[in-house]
Amino acid sequence: MTIEVKNIVKKFGAFTALDNVDLKVGKGELLALLGPSGSGKTTLLRIIAGLDWPDFGEVSFDGEDALTRGASERHVGFVFQHYALFRHMTVFENVAFGLRVQPRAVRKDEASIRARVKELLDLVQLDWLANRYPSQLSGGQRQRIALARALAIEPRILLLDEPFGALDAKVRKELRQWLRSLHSEIHVTSIFVTHDQEEALEVANRVVVMDKGRIEQIGTPGEVYDSPATAFVHGFIGESIVLPVDVSGGSVRLGGRPLNIAANGAASGASKLFVRRHDMQIGPAGSGSLEGAVRHVRSFGPIQRAEVTLSGAEGKTVIEIDAPRDRELQAGEIVGLQPRRYRIFAAQD
Amino acid sequence: MSTQSSFVTSATELRAYAPSTDLAIASPLSRKASAPSRPVISPENLRTEPGPIRFVIIALAVTFLTVFVVLPLVVVFAQAFSKGVGAYFGALAEPEALSAIKLTLLVAAISVTLNLIFGVIAAWAITKFDFRGKTFLITLIDLPFSVSPVISGLVFVLLFGAQGFLGPWLQANNIHVLFAVPGIALATIFVTFPFVARALIPLMQEQGTQEEEAAISLGASGLQTFFRVTLPNIKWGLLYGVLLCNARAMGEFGAVSVVSGHIRGETNTMPLLVEILYNEYQFVSSFAIASLLAMLALITLIVKTVLERRLDEGQPPA
Repeated sequence: MTIEVKNIVKKFGAFTALDNVDLKVGKGELLALLGPSGSGKTTLLRIIAGLDWPDFGEVSFDGEDALTRGASERHVGFVFQHYALFRHMTVFENVAFGLRVQPRAVRKDEASIRARVKELLDLVQLDWLANRYPSQLSGGQRQRIALARALAIEPRILLLDEPFGALDAKVRKELRQWLRSLHSEIHVTSIFVTHDQEEALEVANRVVVMDKGRIEQIGTPGEVYDSPATAFVHGFIGESIVLPVDVSGGSVRLGGRPLNIAANGAASGASKLFVRRHDMQIGPAGSGSLEGAVRHVRSFGPIQRAEVTLSGAEGKTVIEIDAPRDRELQAGEIVGLQPRRYRIFAAQD
Repeated sequence: MSTQSSFVTSATELRAYAPSTDLAIASPLSRKASAPSRPVISPENLRTEPGPIRFVIIALAVTFLTVFVVLPLVVVFAQAFSKGVGAYFGALAEPEALSAIKLTLLVAAISVTLNLIFGVIAAWAITKFDFRGKTFLITLIDLPFSVSPVISGLVFVLLFGAQGFLGPWLQANNIHVLFAVPGIALATIFVTFPFVARALIPLMQEQGTQEEEAAISLGASGLQTFFRVTLPNIKWGLLYGVLLCNARAMGEFGAVSVVSGHIRGETNTMPLLVEILYNEYQFVSSFAIASLLAMLALITLIVKTVLERRLDEGQPPA
């Protein structure tokens, strides 16, 4: 099932939740909608599910208009952040719900419903919980039951709204891997919403980065991490050092001092220089176009993280740099810094 | 060993209750060292008043309850049985009494059923949908609580009375509303309208719309969603509202008194008959019927307590 979203606009009073959003999702994709809260990602998901309606725009499944159908007719599996399990039903009845409410003409008989529910509970490895109530389950178990319930109707599309948002870190990690392997098993077109970049990069085939109701970038996890399209994406995904610079005629200046880097075609004017923490080369004093004093060093794993106070006319700026541990840094040491890889975006404000 | 461990818990609890005083002890050991010089204070003592004050407060509460609740109840039953059990049942078997009991049950059945339907619909609309005029609707629902019942009755007299707005038309078509069952039922419905909606609105607001959304995304129709998801989730709250609604419907005096016309054996409900019989110095009959209403109150209270416990649990039994 392919999904196509065109020119979607959605306003809540004076607040614009979605501002002209276009998106195409291919068959069998596992897509992440990534963005901070208020970026419109959940609203977009709810519009695709039919739980919200856009003010303008089109939504189509396999080229067929979806907006003429209500949520109950779209055959979309929806998994809620807070599970939304039916609290008065057992796990078994929760999963069976979608099968029991089918019109009488197509409804399966009791034996096949039981078999199907059993199959789904096996799939999420929770068949031993069939007779429990949702309140007796842990968060991770509830979310897996919610997923089994959504899959029961053999959805054409699976939509997950912050599926792991309410779980603790360890369970979240387990469920991420589990979702990936489940997706490669059943291969249903899936979209999940998250504000956790690690989750998006780790689970999805493609990532859609959103901010303030607009799509900032669509790409594979590698693309959005290595070649962010906008300043927002660079700042939101991965840890970055951000320095205010001036670009004029192909040269880049920080606080009046020229940096020995190319402008790479950036327009003249006030700009922002983005460097990943591990892309800032640390050397002896005088080895780079920036200089600073090491304030503090923490070593863990393969890296040492140095807090460096940049010296320069722009006042005191403290940046964090990840350096390999081949040369141990000392607090108080003066070091030279040179960006290895970087991007320059025009300053918006 | 067991005293040791309970000592440790009470010491840690102490810390929680009195963090800023020197009772806050860093470790059980240091607590032990300083223990002999201080009286041992249990957590219960820290939380409550000294003995005499407690005694006075409890005695006040018990006295008040006895004078204003228990004594009146006792008086009702004592008066009802003052001429013996035979006179009591004889009074209840009077045609007038039987007719009043029947009418009260009929009116309660009509108004509770209708208010159950109205209340659920109103609460469903208010809590699961957003629309213009929602606050106005909530205010309207509360209106019967804020208006004196006599005024509520009077409204129907003004509407349906002979000199009223619809009176001439009703008379022309020979439809009896005032001084008949329809008028009594209408007044009772009006007065008891808020109970079901008021019991459901906070409950449904707290439950949100997620389960309904889940049901719809699983292909359920609106009615299926209501009967399979919403209704089971609100059933205890609904019963609670129905119970209170029923108690008020059977006990309503003011509004019904205005519209009933007090026709003996025809339009007297139980509360009205109690007053009439009392005014005629028929104390045994009067209190016999009053005792039925008092029993209704007691049963209502017991069921209400059970329902409240269910509501607090909020979950079906495992």
